[in-house]
Amino acid sequence: MNLIGENLIYKPDNQFHLNNVSFDFKKGNLYTILGRTLSGKTTFLKTIAGLLNPDSGNLSFDGKDFSKIPVWERNVAMVYQQFINYPHLNVYENVIFPLKQRKLSADKIKTDVDEALKTVGLVGFENRKIQELSGGQQQRVALARSLAKKAKILLLDEPLVNLDYKLREQLREEFKKIFSKGLSSDAILIYSTTDPQEVMELNGEVIVLDEGKVLQKGPAKEIFENPRNLKVAEISNDPPMNILKGIKSSEKLIFENISINIPSHFKNLEDQNYNFGIRASEIKLDDQGEEFEIELAEISGSETLLHLKKGDSKVIALIEEVMNFKIHEKVKIKFNENKFYAFNKEGELISSPYGDLNG
Amino acid sequence: MEKLYKFLKYTFIILWTVFIVAPFLWAVSTSFKDFQSVNSKVTYIPWLDFEPTLEGWRVLVKSPARGGVDIVEPYFNSIFVTCTASLISIILGTLAAYALSRFTFKAGFVRNNDITFFFISQRIMPPIVLSIPFFIFLSTIGLLDSLLGLVVVYIVLLMPIAVWIMVDFFNRVPKELDETALIDGCNPYQAFYKVVLPNSIPGLIVAGMFCIIFGWIDFFFAFILTFTEVQLLPVKVVALNSSITPWWSLSASALISVAPLIIVAFVVERYLSKGNLSGALK
Repeated sequence: MNLIGENLIYKPDNQFHLNNVSFDFKKGNLYTILGRTLSGKTTFLKTIAGLLNPDSGNLSFDGKDFSKIPVWERNVAMVYQQFINYPHLNVYENVIFPLKQRKLSADKIKTDVDEALKTVGLVGFENRKIQELSGGQQQRVALARSLAKKAKILLLDEPLVNLDYKLREQLREEFKKIFSKGLSSDAILIYSTTDPQEVMELNGEVIVLDEGKVLQKGPAKEIFENPRNLKVAEISNDPPMNILKGIKSSEKLIFENISINIPSHFKNLEDQNYNFGIRASEIKLDDQGEEFEIELAEISGSETLLHLKKGDSKVIALIEEVMNFKIHEKVKIKFNENKFYAFNKEGELISSPYGDLNG
Repeated sequence: MEKLYKFLKYTFIILWTVFIVAPFLWAVSTSFKDFQSVNSKVTYIPWLDFEPTLEGWRVLVKSPARGGVDIVEPYFNSIFVTCTASLISIILGTLAAYALSRFTFKAGFVRNNDITFFFISQRIMPPIVLSIPFFIFLSTIGLLDSLLGLVVVYIVLLMPIAVWIMVDFFNRVPKELDETALIDGCNPYQAFYKVVLPNSIPGLIVAGMFCIIFGWIDFFFAFILTFTEVQLLPVKVVALNSSITPWWSLSASALISVAPLIIVAFVVERYLSKGNLSGALK
C-alpha cells in the first residue's frame, strides 16, 4: 500500500525532466527531494500530483494505477514555492476551500480548519485578506490549506525558498514540529528543496535528483556521510564540498605542493590520482597551516565564508565567527585530514571518513 | 522649484479640464436655445443672454407625424444591441481567451498565437471592406434590418476585443492558481469559474467597457445594415440634420448619447483599481 513509481520518464522537447525515476514511498514517512534548480524536482512533484503525465512508466498508489485518476480526484495536497492562495478569498475561506470541494459535513470542516490554522499559528487571522499578509503568513495559509485537507499525499515544493533568511529559519523549525506531530500515519509527505541543511534537519529519506535522474537514495545521514559521487557531494553540501585534484603516494596526500599525512581510512587506497573532497567546515584557520590567498570573503549570519586560492586549487572555508578579511590577503589554513573523502577519476566515492561503503 | 512645478501642474490640469468640459457646457447651453438665440449673436448664459426653451429636447420625443424625431425607440434599440452583443462577446471571448491562454493548440502550422491573431485580424481591416460581406451574409439569412442581425454583426466586431484583452489578462494570472484549484478538488470547469473568474473581474470590466464603447459608438454598420424597420441611435441622430441644422436638438441628442458611457465610466472606475492578483503570487 505504497506510492510506487516505476521508470518514470518525462521528456518534453527532447530534454529529460524525469529520466527513468523509480521510487517506493511508504506511508507515514517523510521524503525529501534534494536537487539544484531545474533538476526536475517540481516535475517530480507535479507528476505525483497528476498535473503532468509522464511519457512512460507506471505510477500507482494503494495498488491503484494513479495515471487513470485525474488530479482533482487524487486527494493530494501541494504547497508551491510561490505563495499560491486564492486572492479573492480570505484566510478562512482559503483553508476551507478544498474541504468544501469534497462536500464534507459542516462540523468536520470546522474542526479540521480550526486545527490546521492552529497548527500553522494563524488563529485570529481568519478574516484577513490574503493581500494583507506577509510572505511567511501567506505560505502558512497555503500550508494550512494542504494540512486541513488531510490528503494522503502531501507535496511541498521548495516552500521556504522565497522567504527571507530569518523567516526561513523560523518556519523551518516550525515545519519540523508540524511534520512530526501533524502528519498522520497513513500519509506520505514529499518535500523538495535545494538546501542541504533543510534536508538534514528534516531528517527523512532523501532522493538526490540531478537532470531528472536519481543520483542517490537513502536516509539523510547516509547521504551526508557517504555521498555516492562528486555530483551528490556537491549538491548535498552548502557550500559545495571542496574538490582537490591530487595524488596519494604512500603515506602522503599531495596537492599543490601541500602534503598531508593520510588519514587512517585511506590506508588501503592504491597510490594514484584522486579527487579529494573536504567540507568547508573541516578547514580551519591555523598559523601552522598552509598559505592561501583570499579571493572573496562573505559573511552570512554568524559565519564567514572564505573563498581561497592556491595555484589552480580553490577551496571554500567556513569560519564559524564573523571576521573581516581583505581580498588578496594571505591566510594560513589547516585541513582536518580525518575528514577527507576520496573520489576516483570517474567521480565515484572510493573512501569516506565514515567508512562503510557498501554501495 | 517645487512650487513652480506644482503651479505648472495645476495650471495644466485646470486648462485640460476646461478643454474637456467646455464642449459639454456649450452643448448643454445650446440644447436650451431656439433658432433665434443660436443664429443671432454669441450667447452663453440662459435667462441672462437668452431665453431658455425645451424645444430642442421636445423634438427628440415627438413623433415624426407631429414634426419631431422620435429617438426613444432607437435609443432603447441601441442599448439592447450594445448590451446583448457585449455580454455575449464577453462570455464567448472570455472562454476562448482562457483556452488560448491555458491550453496548447496544434493544427498544422497553426498555434495559439496564430489563433489569437486570427481574432484580432478582423479588426485590422477597414470596416468598409467588411460591409459588403456582412450585407450579403445578413440578407442571405434574412436578418437584414433587424435587431438580431445587428447583434450578430456586433458580436463579430466586439468579440476580438474581448479575446484580445482577456488573453493578455489570463496570461498574467499564474498558472499555479489553476493547478492549486485542480489539486484542491476542482475539475477544470470548476477551477475556471470558482477560482480564475472571480480573480479576473478587473479584466472582465476593462473588456466589457471597451465592448460597450465600441458597440455604442458604431455608426457605420448600423447605417449600412438597417433601413426602416430598425434604427439605432447614431443613425437617428444624424438623421436629425435636415435643410436647416437644428443645433439645439443635435446638442440635446449628443448629450443623451454620451450619457450612458459617462455613467458606465463612473460605475466601472471603482472596480478598476480594486481587486488585484497580488495575493496569488508574490
